[in-house]
Amino acid sequence: MSTDRAEAGRHDFALRPSRPPAPVDHANEDLPIPLETRVEMYRLQQELRQFEKRAYDLFMQNLVKGTSHLSLGQEAVAAGVAAAIRPDDYTFATYRGHAHTLARGVGMGPVMAELLGREDGLLGGKGGSMHLTSVEHGMMGSYAIVGAHLCIANGAAWSAQIRGTDQVAVAFFGDGTTNIGAFHEALNFAVVWKLPVIFVCENNLYMEYTPSDFVTAVPHPAADRAPAYGLEAVLVDGNDADAVYEAARKAVELARSGGGPSLIEAMTYRHGGHSRADPGKYRPDGEVDAWLERDPIPMYHQRLLRLGVAEGQLTEIQQEVAQRVDDATEYAKASAPPGDAALMTDVWADGGSAWRN
Amino acid sequence: MAELNYREAVAHGIAQEMRRDPLLVMLGEDIADAGGVFKTTVGLLDEFGPERVRDTPISEQAIIGAAAGAAMTGIPTIAEIMFSDFIAVCFDMIVNEVAKARYMTGGQISVPMVIRTANGGGSRFGAQHSQSVENWCMMIPGLKVVAPSTPVDVIGLLAASIRDPDPVVFFEHKSLFATKGEVPDGEIVDTLGTAAVVRQGTDCTIVALALMVPRALEAADRLAEEGISAEVIDVRTLVPLDTETLLGSVVKTGRLYTVEENPRLCGWGAEITSIVAEEVFWDLDGPIVRITTPHIPLPSAEALEDLAIPSADRVHDTVVKTMG
Repeated sequence: MSTDRAEAGRHDFALRPSRPPAPVDHANEDLPIPLETRVEMYRLQQELRQFEKRAYDLFMQNLVKGTSHLSLGQEAVAAGVAAAIRPDDYTFATYRGHAHTLARGVGMGPVMAELLGREDGLLGGKGGSMHLTSVEHGMMGSYAIVGAHLCIANGAAWSAQIRGTDQVAVAFFGDGTTNIGAFHEALNFAVVWKLPVIFVCENNLYMEYTPSDFVTAVPHPAADRAPAYGLEAVLVDGNDADAVYEAARKAVELARSGGGPSLIEAMTYRHGGHSRADPGKYRPDGEVDAWLERDPIPMYHQRLLRLGVAEGQLTEIQQEVAQRVDDATEYAKASAPPGDAALMTDVWADGGSAWRN
Repeated sequence: MAELNYREAVAHGIAQEMRRDPLLVMLGEDIADAGGVFKTTVGLLDEFGPERVRDTPISEQAIIGAAAGAAMTGIPTIAEIMFSDFIAVCFDMIVNEVAKARYMTGGQISVPMVIRTANGGGSRFGAQHSQSVENWCMMIPGLKVVAPSTPVDVIGLLAASIRDPDPVVFFEHKSLFATKGEVPDGEIVDTLGTAAVVRQGTDCTIVALALMVPRALEAADRLAEEGISAEVIDVRTLVPLDTETLLGSVVKTGRLYTVEENPRLCGWGAEITSIVAEEVFWDLDGPIVRITTPHIPLPSAEALEDLAIPSADRVHDTVVKTMG
């Protein structure tokens, strides 16, 4: 970085040097991952990509109100981890949680209807984009206050420990989370209690509108902090589902066998802005293009072809997913807004909201 | 029947519930080996073991988060926050996560947890270890708020809080820990949302909570000697609020005084005042009067702290002056 550019970059992030992705590590093709698992990860990435594109279109049509935070470009992280855990494991996501919800097998229709604020939404219209939850799928919630859910994931892991199951809890979070206190409290606590919890940092290089390296003491916000808590520094290519899967598999194995927590930093990139309102103009010229070249899905498509999967099978998956996205959209649009009665329900376990007699 | 102090009643109540429910666990700073900095958890580690009574780091967010995560996945929890002032450190967890989990997930998530904390002044600890913060929690939809004034209420309301499927913040008053009371043998389980008329009267209603209850009773004794018959109500739980008992008493006496340890603005008495003014205004014989700590941080010096927090004298004098 020249001094001039460094100085300019202090005031205009778009003038900072571009941070391009690492090249694909083709050796990941040789990882001992069953082909059917790989095809499943491909299907998941297709689902997340096509769903998020549709969600974006629906925002543009003003059918989705409020805000939303898309995972376009980050699908390999959600798919790789989801493929490495069991249906009875717990996951906790941030407000960027559509992908992590769908990856657990939650129906697209209810998720889409929730984004549209309809009565058939996953949360009956009470949560919206930032709070997607499906307890029956082990998806224990999307939490919109940065860092909180890492502490809550600890509790789910503790609960599994107490009940003597070998369930694990996974918490996904962004690079920005590594600078909030709850992150550090959660890590120390998890290590001291040796909890079966896996912390997965999706490092997409930007803390909302600010480059995370501009506001973080170390180059790798999660991996570089891991040794401070006695954890191995795990840095993986978050745009390669196989690399994510392998890291998650090892962490899950460690957690299930009583070995305690892991912290994984997955390098990735969001193709769009932070949220609906953000065009992402703070990113240097060429950076987005370089990452689009490393789009996790076309790369994985090519890899599966090399591994002997027929093009026709992948096309079929794409088409089948496209149909499901269309169906989900229709389902959501056809659903009515929540009735007035829903306003005052479900504050308390008795279904109501009474605070006095 | 046995005599217990308020401090012992806390451990008694927890032990009663941990014997009943083998899944119930507890966590907090210095609660296990040390038995709690206020000695409210003495003996629990010995009886229930280190897997159920667990010491934590000084990490209030991690404590509440872990309690919440366990609670929402089938393990009821008791989390201790050593001083209620420290609720501010984990207010996000309590307010944004625990309190809202059920509503914002369309009823999918239950958080059966109790947050126990030592509240209130009188210990000369200064502004950061003496606050009465029950009103901070009262204003948050999704939290139940309990603050007992006697040992038997500690046990019964703690049991009710633990058995409640919703999150409860349970305020134990530091200046009541040494107070004693009769406790019946056998299991004690009370009901949330029930206030208690602790002294019958006909001329005015004095509503109090926690440490303010014995002070209101002392004031009422003196008022009785002077010919004023005061009814004293221990609110016991702020959420749910037993408005039936409160309104019934005000309709009978025609006068309302609230005695609040929290600082003036937005104290719990303001809410009760508003309800009374809206619903039984025409039954009032005079203005509603709130007796509160002034709107200041609490000072440390004995003389100043005693001046700040409502005393029996202040309650007595205020009633005499305004009933005049």
